[in-house]
Parts: sequence; structure tokens; C-alpha cells
Amino acid sequence: MELKTKVTAEEGKQEMLITREFELPLDLLFRAYEDPEIVEQWMGSKALRLDNKKGGGYQLEKKDDKGNVVFRANGAFHEFIPNKKITRTFEMENTPAGVQLEFYEFEPLSEDRSKLTMRVLYESVAQRDEVLKWGMRPGVNAAHNRIEEVLKQYK
Amino acid sequence: MNLRRDVFQAIADPTRRAILLLVATQSMTAGAIAATVSKHLSILTECELLQQTQSGREVHYHINAKKMKEVADFIEPFRKMWDDRFNKIEAIMSKYKTKK
Repeated sequence: MELKTKVTAEEGKQEMLITREFELPLDLLFRAYEDPEIVEQWMGSKALRLDNKKGGGYQLEKKDDKGNVVFRANGAFHEFIPNKKITRTFEMENTPAGVQLEFYEFEPLSEDRSKLTMRVLYESVAQRDEVLKWGMRPGVNAAHNRIEEVLKQYK
Repeated sequence: MNLRRDVFQAIADPTRRAILLLVATQSMTAGAIAATVSKHLSILTECELLQQTQSGREVHYHINAKKMKEVADFIEPFRKMWDDRFNKIEAIMSKYKTKK
């Protein structure tokens, strides 16, 4: 199946561009980023804080079954314009990715279609490339889980 | 000027369009245009997207498909990761759509 998401990361640049067209009206797309309960559903992590305003902060956290924190991210909003734009910083804790500057632009395509354009800037080209390589991890993880599952039968 | 040559013919060629873009912001001499092209060639060679081979007094440039693939290789899984995430948003939010 063809992917609806486009990722542009030019060689030697410290930014990337991610675009996606949604079969959703603009207000619903924006709500997915605005409503902490919905953010939790698709991010899979709890929104400890989500102050949707200029100067506001946010914090996301994910724990495993034993209560260990497996993911924590935080940042600050610089712009929060409903149904239009979000400018924020993003930092995933305990990773070498550093602080990213993110620009989210939301635009309507029709009454029930909309588009999201994400521009993400990293501190260095090396950090951006490192984050790009993380995309391989879910695949690797899935493979590891599968191995675990198979081996359990032999326990 | 050859009268049979029209503007559409001129801009049909991608190389000519690239030259137009190059001089769009500032006028340049033919030498400066050549120097700019040469600079870009050396950058593309440095990051191994292009490879050089010498044949006599001439240097030939080839595309390095392996390097191009390397970039594409790590973008693809990343793109898949985001596509999955966005599909999730679409699935979750379309439930709200029917409730309206």
C-alpha cells in the first residue's frame, strides 16, 4: 500500500519536512493535537501537562506495566493558533536528539479533508540523521517481540 | 534570434530552467554561472552522491546509486512510522466525525 505520508530530509541539512493529507475535516485534525485525552490515545503516552497557549508547556510520559518510565518528552509552545498553527519545542528525555523546534501547519483541503505540514529543525545534521535512523527501530522491536513470543513456548 | 524558437521551447528544458532559477535573484556573468555549477558539483562529489572518473583530460561525473539508496533506506522506515501514527489519528478522529 502506498504511504500517504511524505518525508523530505535533504542530505546535509538539519531539518526535515513531513506532510500528510487526512480524510478528516480541519477541526477534527487539530483536535487530535489539542485534546489531551485524544493525544494519549494516538501517542500511547499520558499527557501530564498540555497548556495549549503561547508560553505554555507540555509533558508526555509513557510507563511500562511495571511502572518504569520508558518515554518522556517535554517542550514549550511558542504559538498556538487553533485550526492553523502550532510552534513548539520538543525534547525527548534521555536521548541524544537534543531540543527540536517544530512548526505544525494545519490547512483545510475541502470540507472533510485537511493537510498537516510539519517542519522540524534539529541542532545539528548528525542529530537529525540519528532521529531518522530511529524509524528502523519499530521494525527491529517487532522482530524482537516476535522472537520473544516464539521462544516463550520453549520455556 | 531564431524566430521559430519560442519561450515555451526554451523553458521546456530542465537545465535551462535551473539556469533561470540561478539568475532569478541576481544577475550573473557566464563565468559566475559556470563557477556556481562547479561548486555544486564539488559538494555533490564530496558527499559521494556523485562519483568522478578521469578520462584523458576530461572528468566525467556519475551518479552514485548506492549513496542515494542509503539516504532512501533510512527515510523509508521513518516514513512508515509516521504514516502508522497518522493513520491512528485518522482512525480515532473519524469516530468523532460520525458522532457529530
